[in-house]
Amino acid sequence: MENQPVLRLDDIYKDFGETKVLKGISLDILPGEFITLLGPSGCGKTTTLRIIAGLETATRGRVLIDGQDVSSLPPEKRPVNTVFQNYALFPHMNVYNNIAYALTLRREKKEVIREKVTRLLELVQLPGFEKRMPSQLSGGQRQRVAIARALVLEPKILLLDEPLGALDLQLRRQMQVELKTLQEKLKTTFIYITHDQEEALNMSTRIAVMNEGHFEQVGTPEEIYEHPVTRFAASFIGQANILEGVVEEKGEKSRVKLDQGGVIYVNEQIDAGVRVAVSVRAERIDYAAASGFGFQVPGVIERHSYIGGVLRTTIKLTGGQEILITGANPISDYPDGAAIQVFWDPNTAAVVERS
Amino acid sequence: MQKEKKSRISLTVWPFYIWTALFVALPMVYVVVISFLQRGATWGVTAQFTLDNYLKMIDPMYGAIFLEALYVAVLTTLITFLVGYPFAYYVCKLPARLRSLVILLLMAPFWINSLCRLNGWMILLKSNGVINSILQALGIVDEPLKLLYNFGAVIVGMVYALAPFMILSCYNSIEKMDWAVVEASRDLGASPFKAFLTVTLPLTMPGIVAGCVLVFVPSVGLFFISDLMGGAKTVLIGNLIRTEMTTARNWPFGAALSMMMLVVTIGIIWVYKKVSGSNSLGDLM
Repeated sequence: MENQPVLRLDDIYKDFGETKVLKGISLDILPGEFITLLGPSGCGKTTTLRIIAGLETATRGRVLIDGQDVSSLPPEKRPVNTVFQNYALFPHMNVYNNIAYALTLRREKKEVIREKVTRLLELVQLPGFEKRMPSQLSGGQRQRVAIARALVLEPKILLLDEPLGALDLQLRRQMQVELKTLQEKLKTTFIYITHDQEEALNMSTRIAVMNEGHFEQVGTPEEIYEHPVTRFAASFIGQANILEGVVEEKGEKSRVKLDQGGVIYVNEQIDAGVRVAVSVRAERIDYAAASGFGFQVPGVIERHSYIGGVLRTTIKLTGGQEILITGANPISDYPDGAAIQVFWDPNTAAVVERS
Repeated sequence: MQKEKKSRISLTVWPFYIWTALFVALPMVYVVVISFLQRGATWGVTAQFTLDNYLKMIDPMYGAIFLEALYVAVLTTLITFLVGYPFAYYVCKLPARLRSLVILLLMAPFWINSLCRLNGWMILLKSNGVINSILQALGIVDEPLKLLYNFGAVIVGMVYALAPFMILSCYNSIEKMDWAVVEASRDLGASPFKAFLTVTLPLTMPGIVAGCVLVFVPSVGLFFISDLMGGAKTVLIGNLIRTEMTTARNWPFGAALSMMMLVVTIGIIWVYKKVSGSNSLGDLM
């Protein structure tokens, strides 16, 4: 029972007229997970969330909560609650009535409601705010009220639609920590939407990278970052360099001849003649007069730019492609225009495409 | 600095003040004054103070007319609301392009004189009119129905004339509403009906109140509708004032009736605003 998914998305399609917004997404989410749907705007992440909440009906496919098909249930009958993008607090009710709303609908006893609202306001660190109207609150405070309101029914799953999008960077970082702590304390399953990769990496137990209506990759933050499986997943998160080439020799470490000139090794067995695209993170690349790991990738230093904390170096390969490297050392031994060799540990690169 | 700004603002609104003084305040004062004077021998007034015009209204006959007028106004307001609000609601749900077309169609009749439009209704409703002809041709009725010159016809005319004000006013506030708030209430367990009662209705209340005032106030005073559609059988305050001012040539009494109507109208708006001020969740559930 422990491993029964709390939520299962079973091959969900959604069309809006001619536009195909979701093209068959499936996902199992376990109880207590903090899962993030990460993707650019228009990739279908909000639609996915709305289908889970019941605010939208899937064109095809099923939504199962605790093994029960809820696809045809209206939102009010589903054991999930939502923190909306712009909070959607009831502007005509004070904080107390906003949070109490769901309980009032259920005709709970006054004392029960009072006790629960007080406890929730403490949880989101807004004690004493009962009488305030939403218009009298700051963005961060509204955010907290919206979270408290969505938690009042103790939902199996809490859906959060870019809840931190409207906040400034500092407050956003602080709320990230708070949300994560809150989730760990409540052990509620969180499904979180963002287009901010840092937020996703920071908070999630798993990330689902979305693009054009499908999942590119689902995995832990480490998996997504270190071992992206598609070109999109690699380039959407972090600073990735994508190099294309053809496998020359299969082996424990296969040798790849790059289109841009030079040879590298990848940590995979791939048949000779196969075209591959390799993704390597900017901070994993090294360069020097002499190469390493058997690589032979000549290049010329285009420019260095100091961007605070790290030095970003642009290197032009023989074929003309520029690659980006970030190094913690603010001073480089090599001036602009120096001819160098580029290399990296094959373990830190990932083959993201083969054909 | 602050003072300079203030005086410049008042300079720009001076024309408005002058206009208001000349065409609203002055005639108003005139009406107030003559309501306390005696009628002239043949026409006009003689400058002699009296309270008779107001005392005369104590006559139950006039009380009945006032009550009837209020009844017509309340009924008209209620019907325009029951028709207008759902109409405005569904217009808001239409795609944007259709929406502006419907609003345009709604405004279009305003470009035609209201008497012409009422005559249109009369052609529809009269005993050898369009509706009766069709009903008879289809054999549904043998005798033409009496559709015109009764209380129902007056209400139809009133609702027709004033419904656009209610619709536009409601439309305005429904259209401005953030639908995410309604979704939030569904998400928190409200049925569509409960969500409407606890969220949509209170949030659009300003539009409803404005619409009710816009309909109620003119419907107390409209006289030509009851003249034309009701065949002058339904005497409302408006009709009474007009008769006193013209046929009966009793200006002071007409003025006193006007004052009474003003007081009643303002009183009702005041009560309305007081009542609609408390639209919290608890009151509605």
